[in-house]
Amino acid sequence: MPHDHDHHDMPPDPALRVKALETALLDKGLVDPDALDLIVETYAHKVGPQNGAQVVARAWTDPAYLERLRTDATAAIAEFGFGGRQGEHMVAVENTPEVHNLVVCTLCSCYPWSVLGLPPVWYKSSAYRSKAVIDPRGTLADFGLSVPKEREVRVWDSTAEIRYLVIPQRPEGTDDLDETALAALVTRESMIGTGEVKAP
Amino acid sequence: MNGLHDMGGQQVYGPVKPEENEPVFHEEWEGRALALTLAMGAYGRWNIDRSRFARECLPPLVQVSQSYYARWVAGLVDLMRDHELFDEADPDRFSPDVTTPDRSQIARLLGTGGPSLRDSDRMPAFNLGDRVSTIIQNPQGHTRLPIYARGKTGEVVLYHGTHVFADQSASDRAAPPQPLYSVRFTARELWGKDANAKDTVTLDLWEPHLVSARD
Repeated sequence: MPHDHDHHDMPPDPALRVKALETALLDKGLVDPDALDLIVETYAHKVGPQNGAQVVARAWTDPAYLERLRTDATAAIAEFGFGGRQGEHMVAVENTPEVHNLVVCTLCSCYPWSVLGLPPVWYKSSAYRSKAVIDPRGTLADFGLSVPKEREVRVWDSTAEIRYLVIPQRPEGTDDLDETALAALVTRESMIGTGEVKAP
Repeated sequence: MNGLHDMGGQQVYGPVKPEENEPVFHEEWEGRALALTLAMGAYGRWNIDRSRFARECLPPLVQVSQSYYARWVAGLVDLMRDHELFDEADPDRFSPDVTTPDRSQIARLLGTGGPSLRDSDRMPAFNLGDRVSTIIQNPQGHTRLPIYARGKTGEVVLYHGTHVFADQSASDRAAPPQPLYSVRFTARELWGKDANAKDTVTLDLWEPHLVSARD
């Protein structure tokens, strides 16, 4: 339950607060410094949208893989070794000429960490979380994207532990590109639904 | 609990402003805040639903004025105190008898995460294609049924099996799992006649959020 709130108890500067907290928890032996470093290294360097881009590129080039992704996305994504925290239960949603998918979490900032890394500030912003469901087309316009009104904008509000990965449409004129070259074209925004993949 | 965190449909926050070439962390403390939150969570004294509820219970001024990771830290401070691990205001207050998770344990934890799927004999009450309505409710505790989707009618489009029921599990870890569905609502059902006729919003909802719609 919420505690009684006084206006004067605003928290201290977060940089100082975190420093003090880390020092105290280390002093008490409640955290292991190597474990903390591992967490920061993992999300700063190892996990990121380059993971999801590989999944998308394979879905574009390997019909059998796409079928596995449709049947059980968590297992298909695990073929790359991607999984774990905030990617435990994955669903892949495909953009088509009829449907444009857009993923949001209006209640917090749920996001598929295992394939996209940590969410960008805009994804966590009040503006995005409030607007994506009531004005998805205006939200897309904020990213310079326009979807014809006959095409469904299908918003997914991540209200449980299911995490959604958008499979954007493969751009025209990329028939001669291999999986690696295709993966390099796939942006984070295109896998959330606020962007599209452009041919080089 | 109805609160500032339940943002869907609010119209006061202006346009979305993406940042070019955004770094993973803007300042070093953000990474440390993430690390402390995950490392302390590894003791298992609270689950993800309880930790979300802790952030929802932060004072309104903190919620609107503090950045994402600053809110995480504020939530973590409350969780550690309420679960008798550490009191920021009185560091000597608790001396928990615990084994500190080391690097390899944390690595394993990141690798497996916290799946919410649970085995259960429970058969789902709804089938794909069923018309369902969401209940109208305003619980004092945690809920994952947002205000904007209460009392609305939609269609079951996916079934995910039985999952930990967040609304109960935030306060009762022994709560039984519940069937989890994706339910699709037309934008017009949610927002009225000015919404685009083709557009939809799909939410993940547990069976207790839903009743059969006979229309």
